[in-house]
Amino acid sequence: MFNRDRWKEILEVLTSNWFRTILTAFGVFWGILILIILLAAGKGLENGIKQDFNGVATNTMFMWTQNTTMAYQGLPEGRRFNFKLEDVDLLRQKVPELKIISPRNSLRSPSGVDNVIYGTETGSYRIFGDYPEILQQNPMYVAKGRFINHNDIREKRKVVVIGDGIRKDLYKEDEEVLGTYLKISGVNFMVVGTYKEKTSNGGNQDSERQIYAPFTSFSQAFNRADNVGWMALTAKNGKSISKLTDKIIGTVKQSRKVHPDDERAIGFFDLFRQYNRVETLFSAMRWIAIIVGTLVLISGVIGISNIMLIVVKERTKEIGIRRALGENPWSIKKQILMESIFLTIISGMTGIITGSLFIYGVNALLDNVGPVDMFLNPSVSVGVVALALTILILSGLLAGFIPAQSAIKVKPIDALRTE
Amino acid sequence: MIEIKNLHKSYKMGSNSLHVLKGINFSVEEGELVAIMGSSGSGKSTLLNILGMLDGADSGEYNLDNVPIKDLNETKAAQYRNKFLGFVFQSFNLINYKNAMENVALPLYYQKVNRKERQEKSLKYLDQVGLKEWATHLPSELSGGQKQRVAIARAMAAEPKVLLADEPTGALDSKTSYEVMDLIQKINDEGNTILVVTHEPDIAEMCKRIVHLKDGVIVEDKKVEQVRAEQYV
Repeated sequence: MFNRDRWKEILEVLTSNWFRTILTAFGVFWGILILIILLAAGKGLENGIKQDFNGVATNTMFMWTQNTTMAYQGLPEGRRFNFKLEDVDLLRQKVPELKIISPRNSLRSPSGVDNVIYGTETGSYRIFGDYPEILQQNPMYVAKGRFINHNDIREKRKVVVIGDGIRKDLYKEDEEVLGTYLKISGVNFMVVGTYKEKTSNGGNQDSERQIYAPFTSFSQAFNRADNVGWMALTAKNGKSISKLTDKIIGTVKQSRKVHPDDERAIGFFDLFRQYNRVETLFSAMRWIAIIVGTLVLISGVIGISNIMLIVVKERTKEIGIRRALGENPWSIKKQILMESIFLTIISGMTGIITGSLFIYGVNALLDNVGPVDMFLNPSVSVGVVALALTILILSGLLAGFIPAQSAIKVKPIDALRTE
Repeated sequence: MIEIKNLHKSYKMGSNSLHVLKGINFSVEEGELVAIMGSSGSGKSTLLNILGMLDGADSGEYNLDNVPIKDLNETKAAQYRNKFLGFVFQSFNLINYKNAMENVALPLYYQKVNRKERQEKSLKYLDQVGLKEWATHLPSELSGGQKQRVAIARAMAAEPKVLLADEPTGALDSKTSYEVMDLIQKINDEGNTILVVTHEPDIAEMCKRIVHLKDGVIVEDKKVEQVRAEQYV
């Protein structure tokens, strides 16, 4: 394999007709380039979409109350209702597979009416009464100060954590935020922290314009009694929230006296199922990329096989001479195979390198232009490149096999007679 | 050196078969210079191909240096050709993208001789045929006579038991033909066994023995007084 004369000969043969060699190599080059770019584009899209799930415990569902649509146990249809705090305890008992249950109440101002006042500045924002655990279920992080904690809950402190967007709206550029008071629907709360979204892929500014208050003080301040409007439920690791959904909904339906068949009384969103759907979509996309790329690659490989057949045909006489001089058929076969593999690998490597440069260029461009919606950091893994190389070597072997076979099939005497 | 008994060979041409060799009995001693003559279609090239293991016989015995040559697979045949035989062809059959020295070194390469030794040996043989200065030239830069001399050097490089020449002068003018024959005679003088297939009587006269083939049988086998080619050069 590492024989100087053999390599010299391979180069002599391949360089004897540059134009043809390059055209042939282009087929494989193109195939692998397309394969790599397709995979990278798929990955970029995947990264972009998955960024939205970034930092969220994906094994989570959210549920909220709507109006009942069926009469049940003497209660009419069209009834408005709320979860109660006791439902949270009931769920903890009945569904031990749950890790976190975060009940929430929220306040939204009637459209256009400013409900938050700071000094002379005002704004209209959503306010949540939440438990500290919500921090693990939402893709956000504390930028300054602290988040609400269990002491706040226990002592019903009137404190809030505001989004960075609100800070920008209501405060001056370098004004100290912590310790200031906001008047929210007539009640004063002290700001103890600000938060930011983990996904900063533009557009989504509203999610940084919300206010988090402790659940208990919120309920007290806005007269919610023991009502709960919304819950975020995360299952323990290794348990699927999707499989628990029926049990959870069933439990609260029973305690809220909702007809078991009433599908619309309780709304929910299964993040895990949604996430899975995205996963499935991307694995399908990956397969399409692999199949399309491989098909293009195959046509390149066929090109190589074709040209090797022609090379063998052209060299029939030479092969005859070599055999008359005593070269063994295996050595000839090996020669043809190595030529084919060499050509495949060289052109394939060029394709891989060009593809990588292309991806690098796109990344640099994305960095410069700024984030593009749903597209982030296109890349191919080392594993994929290794796989592509393996495919290349195998296809080189395959491409050379038939020509090599035909090279030694001709008897030396017939080969010598060829003019 | 060579012993052939009752050799038959026929070619299938569509539905009818052509019986080319019809029982050849023939032996060659070491150091002989034999001319095989005959008109075209007499079977002389077929005989040479069988002797050269490029083609197989249908029946009969063939011993080369007391080794029975039969039932050869391609690998074995290649090995024997490399070890026992040197070929010189009418159309030289040099490999056109390799220079003179590389062409001469080819059989040595197949013997797995190392690179340095290969170069030394091939230069030595090129020197013997008087083309040492042409070692780095490609075949396309050589004249016909020079090409044939390179081919002879190549055939000799592996130090074969028998040198087989198929119309070695067929593509050359008479002056170069005599030069080539002079070279062949000199190689023979050193004790090498050589078989020359030719249809030119003057070339045959330069050998030590002439075998006449006609319609696939030997019609005449005689020793002759060798005409030295030197005097014509």
